[in-house]
Amino acid sequence: MHELGIAELARGLDAGEYSSEELTREVLSRIERLDKTLNTFITVDAEGALAAARGADERRAAGQAGPLTGIPLAHKDIFCTNGLRTSCGSRMLDSFIAPYDAAVVERLGANGMVNVGKTNMDEFAMGSSNETSYYGPVRNPWDTGRVPGGSSGGSAAAVAARLVPAATGTDTGGSIRQPAALCGITGIKPTYGRVSRWGMIAFASSLDQGGVFARSAEDAAMVLGAMAGFDERDSTSVEQVVPDYSAALDQPLKGLKVGLPKEFFGEGLEDGVRAAVDAAIAVLKEQGAELREVSLPNLGLSVPTYYVIAPAECSSNLSRYDGVRFGYRCEDPRDLEDMYKRSRGEGFGAEVQRRILVGTYALSAGYYDAYYLKAQQCRRLISEDFRKAFEAVDVLVGPTAPETAFGLGERADDPVKMYLSDINTLAVNLAGLPGMSIPAGFADGLPVGLQLIGNYFDEGRLLAVAHQYQQHTDWHRRAPEEQS
Amino acid sequence: MSQDWEVVIGLEIHAQLATRSKIFSAASTSYGSEPNTQACAVDLGMPGVLPVLNREAVRMAAMFGLAVGATVSPRSVFARKNYFYPDLPKGYQISQFELPVVAGGELLIEPEEGEPKVIGITRAHLEEDAGKSLHENYDKMTGIDLNRAGTPLLEIVSEPDMRSAKEAVAYMKKIHSLVRYLEICDGNMQEGSFRCDANVSVRPRGQKEFGTRTELKNLNSFRFVERAINFEIERQIDVIQGGGKVVQETRLYDPDKGETRSLRTKEEANDYRYFPDPDLLPLVIEPAFVEEVRASLPELPDAKRRRFVEQYGLPEYDAGVLTAGRDLADFYEAVVAAGPDDAKLAANWVMGEFSGALNKAGLALEDSPVSAAALAGLLSRIADNTISGRGAKDVFEAMWAGEGDADSIIEAKGLKQISDSGALEAMIDEVIAANPQQVEQYRAGKDKLFGFFVGQVMKASKGKANPQQVNELLKQKLDA
Repeated sequence: MHELGIAELARGLDAGEYSSEELTREVLSRIERLDKTLNTFITVDAEGALAAARGADERRAAGQAGPLTGIPLAHKDIFCTNGLRTSCGSRMLDSFIAPYDAAVVERLGANGMVNVGKTNMDEFAMGSSNETSYYGPVRNPWDTGRVPGGSSGGSAAAVAARLVPAATGTDTGGSIRQPAALCGITGIKPTYGRVSRWGMIAFASSLDQGGVFARSAEDAAMVLGAMAGFDERDSTSVEQVVPDYSAALDQPLKGLKVGLPKEFFGEGLEDGVRAAVDAAIAVLKEQGAELREVSLPNLGLSVPTYYVIAPAECSSNLSRYDGVRFGYRCEDPRDLEDMYKRSRGEGFGAEVQRRILVGTYALSAGYYDAYYLKAQQCRRLISEDFRKAFEAVDVLVGPTAPETAFGLGERADDPVKMYLSDINTLAVNLAGLPGMSIPAGFADGLPVGLQLIGNYFDEGRLLAVAHQYQQHTDWHRRAPEEQS
Repeated sequence: MSQDWEVVIGLEIHAQLATRSKIFSAASTSYGSEPNTQACAVDLGMPGVLPVLNREAVRMAAMFGLAVGATVSPRSVFARKNYFYPDLPKGYQISQFELPVVAGGELLIEPEEGEPKVIGITRAHLEEDAGKSLHENYDKMTGIDLNRAGTPLLEIVSEPDMRSAKEAVAYMKKIHSLVRYLEICDGNMQEGSFRCDANVSVRPRGQKEFGTRTELKNLNSFRFVERAINFEIERQIDVIQGGGKVVQETRLYDPDKGETRSLRTKEEANDYRYFPDPDLLPLVIEPAFVEEVRASLPELPDAKRRRFVEQYGLPEYDAGVLTAGRDLADFYEAVVAAGPDDAKLAANWVMGEFSGALNKAGLALEDSPVSAAALAGLLSRIADNTISGRGAKDVFEAMWAGEGDADSIIEAKGLKQISDSGALEAMIDEVIAANPQQVEQYRAGKDKLFGFFVGQVMKASKGKANPQQVNELLKQKLDA
């Protein structure tokens, strides 16, 4: 069963080949067997999952099943789950249990999906390797000596290792697309505002967006369709009808105008990655897509811009973790200041503290104009580049990451080099556009991701392009060997 | 204060808006509940929660803006003011910084001393209130009550246009009256619904530059505002005359000692690291919304006062007293509408007996045992001479005590005035006949005795004779 995708599982459930409870037991037993090595889960909720699965089976028996009813999935541990710990990968929230569900959890639950647990992640989603998690690093199923990418590394690795057919993620600067690429699976980050951020723990509010990992574009379309939509509890969510993504998957590629931003293909791109991406682009061309070189001249600004805006917002968003009302509080504080300093000093890891410091500095009196305001100006320039590009083309295509998965510990001491892992994905968040990564082959046995970037609210087209590509390739069907 | 010094004062007034729910959450704003029972996940700043702006708070801010002739900004921006404090749940307060919802208004004040004066209103912005720290009843710990966290505030910032504590108080009272007129704030200073900080500086008369200012906090009554400012003026002048320099700082007013003391200096002040709140889109207000609010504005105090002078022919003073509160003005107009055609009589009674009785009983107007219609009924009996002014006071007291309406009380107590000239003449004739000596003396030129005759007639009528009529008839008979 674990080899099957959502669409196939749904058919099996409908045909009565197995129940959701049986499917969920299979998922739980694989997690039990394989996750000791991979460490993709922070919390597994066997009891809750089985109860939900039985509920789904009852709905199916009553003829009330939808296409996702009874399908297991996992949530990144950044989405609050009512009654089930939500740690955000941090010691700070190691004991935090939210009294509410995130909108994403609520919607997928209402669609009958069975939550089996919460996946590992970089602490507060700050990282590109999943090494900043309080719960230890996740290992890449393709090579357990390597990182899965981050920050949604647990979700990506769990889907890649066939532990779950789908998992949610969040993407602030590439946190869905980069791990999808490094783990060889399909991941989509929709347009900013498409998926409600209610109950999704904030890292950088103007950049954070929830999305999904799955085995295929077809599966991702099903889950995204259920997650997306306006939510009055999130003032930045957009009141716009969600199209039927699944119904639109069959649009042919013929006549599609594909832009190739030359900046994605410059220095720093590994040869093996370049070769795989070139081959993938050739497939698109064979299927009738028209290729055009385009330019995003300000793309180079995206790393410094992002690393001002994201830390600035995070420094404020993470102020609520003060040891007063919930979360970690240090032992025996002497006074208020001691409580603040030690609770935050002990509760947050090094990378989170680094970003809080950077962000606090960027917002300080006397530096605000030079950093934060300047970064906002750069952000507009970057968005403008994309706007111009989309006047000429339908989608932009390039490598998701300039490299394949790197070794565990290799960059842990070099934050700047780590930050450069996201060089191809950051700009998409700064502009608020939808982006996707799909498997496009291998380099030295490690997966390579192809990034697709669409215009605002054009997720349907991205999914269709990905689906068409997956009709003519089988990279997305490749699974890593099991390591237990 | 020395004549050589000029005082410069600006006020920041925080008015709690009278919305039912909080500015960014659906929790109730009711006051006085058990700690932390009126605080939801949003007010607690729990992980993953998001603010959603309360439209009603925006409407109230717009009302205020229009009432002071300000611009209701078509686009304003919520910003985060970042600082750590245990009763500030998110570690930042959502406020407005560079682009407030209301900009550039003005208000005419009439201080007790000095000339009427226009005070500029720089801006008014929306923000959320913090919770409260409870220091009592906790051994070496502090309790936190977040019921107030997220209550909407309108911070109204004046220009530094005031030149005395009296002017500052007049301005604050005027704002206080205005927000209550608009019904956007209950104005309750004890409960902290209406609070004030004052920026105070002094400079030698004639100097152009402002002196270094201090910010005074904890001014939760009109009296404290006046005292704190006057104390601070003297303190600053003493510092300067003693060769020192005023330090820019925040000072707390201690009402028990009647003095201000330093809370923190500028160097110790927080760097609030303001930046636009990415969880909230810019607040865009359409012209149609502004027009809708404008159309809903009640008549404002100044306009009402002018109308009272013109329409009812009242003196300025009466019009001012009657329009100080919207409820009293409405009551007065209801009395006039239902009562006799004598607006001044109604004003005297509403301002006099009626307000006096309310004050004495410590009642709010809405709890008055005497309705406007009932008072109007009494005034009608005064106007048509059924009762005398003296009798009317007795009737009012009985009405206040719940003994019925004016007519039934007059009847029951036999207070009806004798205006029948036949009956009066008979009484007068008796009095004249019974006092021949006094009649002689009076007719011989002792005019003072006239009062004696009036008194005798009133006595004979047991106080019920119409005094005016008695005067006329007596004069006729004695002078005949």
